[in-house]
Amino acid sequence: MSENREQPKRHGRTVGKLLAVAFGMFAFGFALVPLYQVICEVTGLNGFVSNRIVNEPMPEVDKSRTVTVEFLANVGGGANWEFRPTVRTMEVHPGEIYTTSYYARNPAGDAAAAQASYSVAPGNAARYFGKPDCFCFTRQEFDAGEGRDMPVTFFVSPNLPANVNRVTLAYTFHELAN
Amino acid sequence: MTAATHDEHHAGPPSSFLDRWLFTTNHKDIGTLYLLFALLMFFVGGAMAMVIRAELFQPGMQLVDPYFFNQMTTMHALVMIFGAVMPAFVGLANWMIPIQIGAPDMALPRMNNWSFWILPFAFAIMLATFLMPGGALAGGWTMYPPLMLQHGMAFPFAIFAIHLLGISSIMGAINVVATILNMRAPGMTLMKMPLFVWTWLITAYLIIAVMPVLAGAITMLLTDQYFGTSFFSAAGGGDPVMYQHIFWFFGHPEVYIMILPAFGIVSAIIPTFARKPLFGYSSMVYAVASIAFLSFIVWAHHMFTVGMPLAGELFFMYATMLIAVPTGVKVFNWIATMWRGAMTFETPMLFAIGFVILFTIGGLSGIMLAIAPADYQYHDTYFVVAHFHYVLVTGAVFSLFAAAYYWLPKWTGHMYDERLGKWHFWLSVITVNVLFFPQHFLGLAGMPRRIPDYAVQFTEFNMISSIGGFAFGLSQLIFVWVVIKCIRGGEKATDQVWEGARGLEWTLSSPPPYHSFTTPPKIESSAGLEGSPR
Repeated sequence: MSENREQPKRHGRTVGKLLAVAFGMFAFGFALVPLYQVICEVTGLNGFVSNRIVNEPMPEVDKSRTVTVEFLANVGGGANWEFRPTVRTMEVHPGEIYTTSYYARNPAGDAAAAQASYSVAPGNAARYFGKPDCFCFTRQEFDAGEGRDMPVTFFVSPNLPANVNRVTLAYTFHELAN
Repeated sequence: MTAATHDEHHAGPPSSFLDRWLFTTNHKDIGTLYLLFALLMFFVGGAMAMVIRAELFQPGMQLVDPYFFNQMTTMHALVMIFGAVMPAFVGLANWMIPIQIGAPDMALPRMNNWSFWILPFAFAIMLATFLMPGGALAGGWTMYPPLMLQHGMAFPFAIFAIHLLGISSIMGAINVVATILNMRAPGMTLMKMPLFVWTWLITAYLIIAVMPVLAGAITMLLTDQYFGTSFFSAAGGGDPVMYQHIFWFFGHPEVYIMILPAFGIVSAIIPTFARKPLFGYSSMVYAVASIAFLSFIVWAHHMFTVGMPLAGELFFMYATMLIAVPTGVKVFNWIATMWRGAMTFETPMLFAIGFVILFTIGGLSGIMLAIAPADYQYHDTYFVVAHFHYVLVTGAVFSLFAAAYYWLPKWTGHMYDERLGKWHFWLSVITVNVLFFPQHFLGLAGMPRRIPDYAVQFTEFNMISSIGGFAFGLSQLIFVWVVIKCIRGGEKATDQVWEGARGLEWTLSSPPPYHSFTTPPKIESSAGLEGSPR
């Protein structure tokens, strides 16, 4: 019968361990969030642009190669904003810095703020796409009915994989609350 | 055998109905409650499926509006997964694990009561969302944002209900692990446990590992909606695709939570009716363990089309196909068990053989879906619907019927009506194929899932499928009839019930005493516990 008296203790230990696993896995679910960001940044998966390349020394301009850069614009969350690239495509030489712009207009009768999120396709090109300066880095304030051009400076690294000759930069413009 | 002895002062169930069922801590009573609840939910979810098939009988909009149709598909899945299949397996675990390992009860009887009684409340909340403004969840059971965040009041209520269901199944799983690890009869080593116990041990670990991840994912949805976080909102720097990764990190092991206990059931039934020991017992255990491990590293095959890099697609494709190896081992072993056996075909055996054949069809269409380049064509079509209904209906649900017929005489002390059981099997096995097989063709031809209307060229196969659906639904009423009849009376069952049955549960009387194995039984020989004779 001594075994019977020890049973509750053993159950307690087992339950304790299993509960720890359960709570640990709950935390792990949340840990997946930063993990996901890090993996995307390191690998450039999912078109996530780390922009780390901006701080690296720039190799020489490769005049012999031409890459087509396409610009896309979307408006997020069913908002009514006018948002478009001023040019649809550009032919660029890897290593050279270019500037283009996007136009946005606030259709509402009130002042509003918005910010753009971005992604680069194909995913394996994202690492080689640098943006030294971009309107997407900051919150953009608009007066009622105001429209303006917003600049983006970019370059494509000469290390871009040879099989990529077309890169798409996509922005989604999100209206920010208050 | 003195296993049936029990304390004189503690002989039977409490006499009052409330004390017996509401406050019960007896594993057999709780198992019964789970099983009856699951049966009820099977018909609730089944009624929703009937609405879906009725609407899809013809192209065009007939019976329900599209938004209600979407509520039906979403709630059908949630009810069947969390209300029918999972509680049914937990019910079987409660009933069978203690009497298969020679334990007097589950390790934590009070928690056991609690984990059952959470369920009716959780489902009351979940089903009450139908009455709320905006209706029930309609964005698919996978609850992808941002669509999920556009529901009305149903959203927070359903999430709360799913949290409760998660808590309930985690408690149930902890109970199972504690029972199996700490309460086996002396001499019952791990490698002598019946396979049903083994598969449940591994399933319980899966539940403990992944239900909290689901809880985390839906908590993030909740805070995104109400507390200004932006885990999945692109506007705030989040990423909706990340939800899919977290969800399927839960979702794929969840698939195995719903099938591993089925493997255990079939591994108990086939040796009994083939009158041969299970072929390759230890390879069965290792196969289940490797399937469980692999289930953690294949989740992204549910989302090949989100725009993954090639390396990712290749990894998830090959890892997924790898699962076919241990699964193939299991199917091989079941067939090898039947090989040259003295087989008889009572209803449990029929359902078990139906399981082996039809589950294998579902497994093979799974391999087709695992091929990443082909998946671009199949993704979100009826081919996927056909695939997972083959593994869940003819897989999990058939195994549950097999288990019910196999153990009903043990539970009630009466033989069920064999003639009705055979009717139930043959009607089910024919109609379920009429129901789901044409859906393969529909999917390959491009019919998308979760759509209330379709192009006219899909009409014939949809009509056939709907007719099969109605017939399958009606056939299940036979099962209810059989169960009621068997509880009320019938030919007296012997202790062993089946000529070829081996294992501790068959040493008890039928029905077993309210408290069994208060003194641990002796485990005599090494063989004989995995349902193998002589």
